[in-house]
Amino acid sequence: MPTYQTSAGESWKHRTSREQWIRWFFWLIGISIIAYAWQMISEKTVWFFVVDAPSQAADIASRMVPPKWSYLNKLWKPVWDTLNIATLGTVIAMVIAAPVAFAAARNTTPNIFVRTLALFIIVSSRSVNSLIWALILVFILGPGVLAGTIAIGLRSVGFCAKLIYESIEEIDRTQVEAIEATGASGPQKMIFGILPQVLPTIAGVAIYRWDINIRESTILGLVGAGGIGLQLNGSLNTLAWTQVSMILLVILFTVFISEWVSAKVRGAII
Amino acid sequence: MMKPKMKSFKMQTKSQDSAYPTVWKKSPFIKNDFLRWLVFLCIALYLAAALGTMDIDLNRIKEGLPRAQRFLDSFFPPNFADNRGVVWEGIAESIWMAIISTVAGIALSIPVGLGAARNLAPAWVYLICRGIIAASRTFPEIILAIFAVKLFGFGPFAGFVALALGTIGFYAKLLAEDIENSSPSQAEAVKATGASWFQWVNYSIQPQVMPRMIGLSVYRLDINFRESAVVGIVGGGGIGATLNTAFSRYEFDTAAAILLIIILIVMVLEYASSFLRKWVQ
Repeated sequence: MPTYQTSAGESWKHRTSREQWIRWFFWLIGISIIAYAWQMISEKTVWFFVVDAPSQAADIASRMVPPKWSYLNKLWKPVWDTLNIATLGTVIAMVIAAPVAFAAARNTTPNIFVRTLALFIIVSSRSVNSLIWALILVFILGPGVLAGTIAIGLRSVGFCAKLIYESIEEIDRTQVEAIEATGASGPQKMIFGILPQVLPTIAGVAIYRWDINIRESTILGLVGAGGIGLQLNGSLNTLAWTQVSMILLVILFTVFISEWVSAKVRGAII
Repeated sequence: MMKPKMKSFKMQTKSQDSAYPTVWKKSPFIKNDFLRWLVFLCIALYLAAALGTMDIDLNRIKEGLPRAQRFLDSFFPPNFADNRGVVWEGIAESIWMAIISTVAGIALSIPVGLGAARNLAPAWVYLICRGIIAASRTFPEIILAIFAVKLFGFGPFAGFVALALGTIGFYAKLLAEDIENSSPSQAEAVKATGASWFQWVNYSIQPQVMPRMIGLSVYRLDINFRESAVVGIVGGGGIGATLNTAFSRYEFDTAAAILLIIILIVMVLEYASSFLRKWVQ
């Protein structure tokens, strides 16, 4: 136990001097990286605008109240679209993610090439934000809800597949062996030995992702991929701040509801 | 032990005469037949309604497919050479933005997270901090970025503010949950030595939550880097701005190069974070 001398005798301290020095050293490196990063950012900042920000914020806030309640009537359709984008996107994601997850899990993958390919699909789907997917898909499919749905689906594949394959790797081997002992074929082993063990995870992941997707699909409209983001973008561009605050309230409410639903459903499943 | 487990399986006989069932059938997910079909019907109806609003225009897709072909062709081969300077500048900006926003976000999350833990904070602090977390979690980083750009002007500073605010919702929530799940006996032991509130948090709570929090901070760095690729679309600086410019100038080969670089960096970060988590634990 590291100690140090005081006038009253030995006293306890948390770390030895050596540990303390190593720690200081890492802190020094960390802080210099942070200082450098800050310098790079502040170099490109127009400080005049930053200093101006509080008065700008007050100005925008005063323009945003009261929210334009009558605008609510025009928002039902976009909210419905947003929900559909999230739900159908999650369905697409789960359909693709399930086989990808089985290909990526160490204990179910047919061979190393398939596993590498599956891992690459997972990483690339996760690294490219849904907004970028939407940007690409709007070019191909034209603006609309369909592009948004597929964007959400492609973006979610990586997330869902990653969580599912991790849980496949953690399954209980003995149950699969028991099924194997009955003379089950490969697919039968998968359906009766592995799938029941990961089904709660799959359901939980789907609900969880649906919840995230609701949030993500509210912004897809910024690049023309449907949903409430379309109205948000329009209102922002026309500086209709009372409409913006109404839309933000609706988003807040939708997200709140979806979070509540997802918590309830997950509580019921798990 | 065996009996109740067997009950949940539904045995089905092929013919009524044979005494022993020979075919096994999985018990259905929902026991009540009527309820089960009702649920299926509702799902089918919803899917039909949702697909109906998709307005899938087959002609538009048919028209779009050759365009998609040309579009995808123009992605390949990725062009790393032209615009190299701009791309690297954007990447560097994104990395600095991710680092600084993660650090600032975590620094802001610690007080909020401590306040949002039931076992540490009084009720009114708890409610305020939970409110901050909920507000930060509701709005995607992009919406935060739109407002940050309006307030702070174009450039990485706006992106930094948006990402830092987004970090609070994520990090403070997980920190608070981790603190709530930490073992109370250690906390009590430290409290029994007569420690002050800060000593108490520092010596009993902090060591318990630290390993997970370090892993999560690297994970958040990863998220912030990925998000920094999109806050640029609304003017928040970073590689997103470069990517958006590449798209609007129809330089898809450069866009492909940027996307590949993003994927590569995310992969590296992912390996780094799993390595660090193992090392910390």
